Amino acid sequence: MKQIPAPLLTLIAGVVITLASLWLGYNHGLLPEQASEQAPLVDELFNVMMVISTALFIVVQGMIIWFMIRYRQRAGDDTDGIPVDGNLPLEALWTAIPAVLVIGIGVYSVEVFQEMGGLSPGSHPMMGHQHAAAVVAQAPSPDGQSIGGDTMPLMAMTEAEAADFDPQYGFGAGTSMMGNAPDVTVAVTGMQYAWLFNYPNSGIMTGELHIPVGKDVQLDLTAQDVIHSFWVPQFRLKQDALPGQQTGLRFRATKVGTYPVVCAELCGSYHGGMRSQVIVHTQDEYDAWLEENQVAQAETSPDVVAANLSKNSSMLPTGDFLQPYVAEMGITPEAIAHLHPPASEVDSAS
Amino acid sequence: MAQAQVPVETGVIATPAHVHEPWKWYDYFTFNIDHKVIGIQYLVLAFVFYLIGGLMAVAMRTELATADPDFISPALYNAFLTNHGTIMIFFWVVPAAIGGFGNFLVPLMVGARDMAFPKLNAIAFWLNPPAGALLLGSFFFGGAQSGWTSYPPLSAITANTAQSMWILALVLVGSSSILGSVNFLITIFFMKVPSMRWDQLPLYCWSMVATSVLALVSTPVLAAGLTLLLFDINFGTSFFKPEEGGNVVIYQHLFWFYSHPAVYLMILPIFGVMSEVIPVHARKPIFGYKAIAYSSLAICLLGLFVWVHHMFTSGTPPWMRLFFTISTLIVAVPTGVKIFSWVATLWGGKIRYTGAMLFAVGLLSMFVLGGLSGVTLGAAPFDVHVHDTYYVVAHFHYVLFGGSVFGLYAGIYHWFPKITGRMMNETWARVHFVLTFIGTNITFLPMHQLGMHGMPRRVAMYDPQFEALNKLCTFGAFVLAFSILPFLFNVIWSWSKGPKASGNPWNALTLEWTTDSPPIVENWEVLPVVTHGPYDYGMNVGLNGQVEPVEEAIAPHSS
Repeated sequence: MKQIPAPLLTLIAGVVITLASLWLGYNHGLLPEQASEQAPLVDELFNVMMVISTALFIVVQGMIIWFMIRYRQRAGDDTDGIPVDGNLPLEALWTAIPAVLVIGIGVYSVEVFQEMGGLSPGSHPMMGHQHAAAVVAQAPSPDGQSIGGDTMPLMAMTEAEAADFDPQYGFGAGTSMMGNAPDVTVAVTGMQYAWLFNYPNSGIMTGELHIPVGKDVQLDLTAQDVIHSFWVPQFRLKQDALPGQQTGLRFRATKVGTYPVVCAELCGSYHGGMRSQVIVHTQDEYDAWLEENQVAQAETSPDVVAANLSKNSSMLPTGDFLQPYVAEMGITPEAIAHLHPPASEVDSAS
Repeated sequence: MAQAQVPVETGVIATPAHVHEPWKWYDYFTFNIDHKVIGIQYLVLAFVFYLIGGLMAVAMRTELATADPDFISPALYNAFLTNHGTIMIFFWVVPAAIGGFGNFLVPLMVGARDMAFPKLNAIAFWLNPPAGALLLGSFFFGGAQSGWTSYPPLSAITANTAQSMWILALVLVGSSSILGSVNFLITIFFMKVPSMRWDQLPLYCWSMVATSVLALVSTPVLAAGLTLLLFDINFGTSFFKPEEGGNVVIYQHLFWFYSHPAVYLMILPIFGVMSEVIPVHARKPIFGYKAIAYSSLAICLLGLFVWVHHMFTSGTPPWMRLFFTISTLIVAVPTGVKIFSWVATLWGGKIRYTGAMLFAVGLLSMFVLGGLSGVTLGAAPFDVHVHDTYYVVAHFHYVLFGGSVFGLYAGIYHWFPKITGRMMNETWARVHFVLTFIGTNITFLPMHQLGMHGMPRRVAMYDPQFEALNKLCTFGAFVLAFSILPFLFNVIWSWSKGPKASGNPWNALTLEWTTDSPPIVENWEVLPVVTHGPYDYGMNVGLNGQVEPVEEAIAPHSS
């Protein structure tokens, strides 16, 4: 067989590695469904990094394996290897290439971050007034006692209070939302071990998040007891819910469906069970859901709602997953009743 | 033979009167100030903790074989995950890589008779056993359950007694680390034999310089953060209690300002081990000595300015998320320089497939993957998706298990003859390597996918859709647990019955190989003189292909 010239071999190897990397970078199947406007941005960033990583991985691993085989000690050979201890141009090259690559990834990350709304957390353009940051009056619970460890106005968030909520951290208006007010605002509270969703405009409180597709949604996040982290993998968005601080996520869901809401920050023994769902409706479905629940919750006394919350799995704030452990965790209807707004407040809010 | 080697000394000098008797076995259980005894004490104690932490990992993986919490209680699971992390970091990798190899090797490598402050050194070691006892004792009180990060408010309201014991244990090992670092810096800077130029200092010592600076600068900050937490738990202060005006995010800054550099504390000494092991077993000069030495210092400096990348989803303002994205990505550059330099060192070598070399090359291979996933994590927009998921678990096990632990194994196989005076069995070393390599990849590779698809870390129960991959990870963990057996057997058998090692079984050129195996008390009868670099393999070959007798100058009696 005729010897293939080295430059040609290098060229062929380069083309093969490039094609393989490009293919793998876009066909790795490592990312779940995309269901928000941010998701394709994040995925494209990851895919680009995956292409670069794959190429580097193949080159470096290939060299390791090749050298290990090619330069193994042969039987009876007790000599030393080739006494080369450096090569300045080569060293400059492998310092410069990664430097250029990481600067490129850095600049690209900044751009994606901005487009996702990462530079403008808490931009509620409809608010005409300034708020004192982070300090919000505490809503008393029905029996006048404050709930252990809480620092935030829990469930009973009214429109006025929602307007006072100004997330300092998280994701705000992305490029496509700049200058607009969000269409839907939901107050989200993390507690051991449940997410509670409160719709200040309608007084609805649920254990699952319902939102309309294609609408600009603002989630105001806070935590009652310890740090939790709100994550919807299909939205590629995550933000810690911190006791004593206000954070937020703003996004547009792009696909009707049901997706998991996961707590990503260790919050206690049943952290793994702190899961819920986000249901992305069509606008009509959403309106119907809104109306149904508004009537249902306004007509029911808090105690009945609380009882329902702990019985009916779809309304249970701890989600389906924890239901077997509810008693063990010490969640009682009374505890949940504390979290519910008094009926009068619901009326005034709706 | 045309192989660079140090001539074996044959009792030219009569034993001076002051030469000490060799240590007896019980000396290793006492407050001994010999740096070699202390090094062995660190290594053995750390290895015991490695086994304990490993058992916790096996229990956790068994739990995770199914989606339901049916093997151990969720509270115990959390205690295991907390203490597994704490033990593997603070009681295995750090004490083994820094305290163990550092104490044993640094004086030998720089040509000193002991560390600069031997008593301080012994004190630093003896802070570790009570710390370990506190940590294990905390299980009588439920065990700390809030993760090795121990973020308040969770850490302030969960298992208070155990959490306090955990804090005290960490403060003790932190103090030990500070004392050790001072000792290493002074020893390297002031006790190097005068004939050794700075560019002849072994790269392990350079990495220990970087490590020690990092530990000195960052450890006090952790101690401060933990002390504030201790006060919050026990003495009614409210530094981190939001309902009393405290701030929960401040703790995260204090914690990560130390704990990100801690990542480098765990890998920089291992990088040093790599730079020692690869040239010896590839019979090649290290490629780019200066680049490797400087890149350690660069990582040390940059490593102090990347901590917020652990907090991209926390209460972190936008500018910080971006600043720390950029700084984190830059760390890839000096790290890449090291990787490429080691790969280039392999080129043109005469590579021996020894246990030490297999683990060193295995590390290289694992670290490439861990490093690349680290770059993706550095980019904030992607990190937001995978933060606190199994993707992160996969990443740090590739760099800490595939990196640090592989490096520790490489170091043990390489220096075992020097430490014990006996050779290890190479066949069992290969079995150990193959099992470990396969086990590592089966355990940790699928975790990338789990995390990206939506499985958070630190959970005892999870969405049943992830069960199949979790079973695979659990199988891998059992392979890993099993892989320890050939190693354990090999160490115990070789230490008692292995063939005797000569002073320099690998024909290596650094100074620790110029004395006996194991080295005598105070290391040399007459201090060695250095006339050439530590990695000059094949460099003295003259026109006729013969080795010139330059190496003789390195021999102890030449001065």
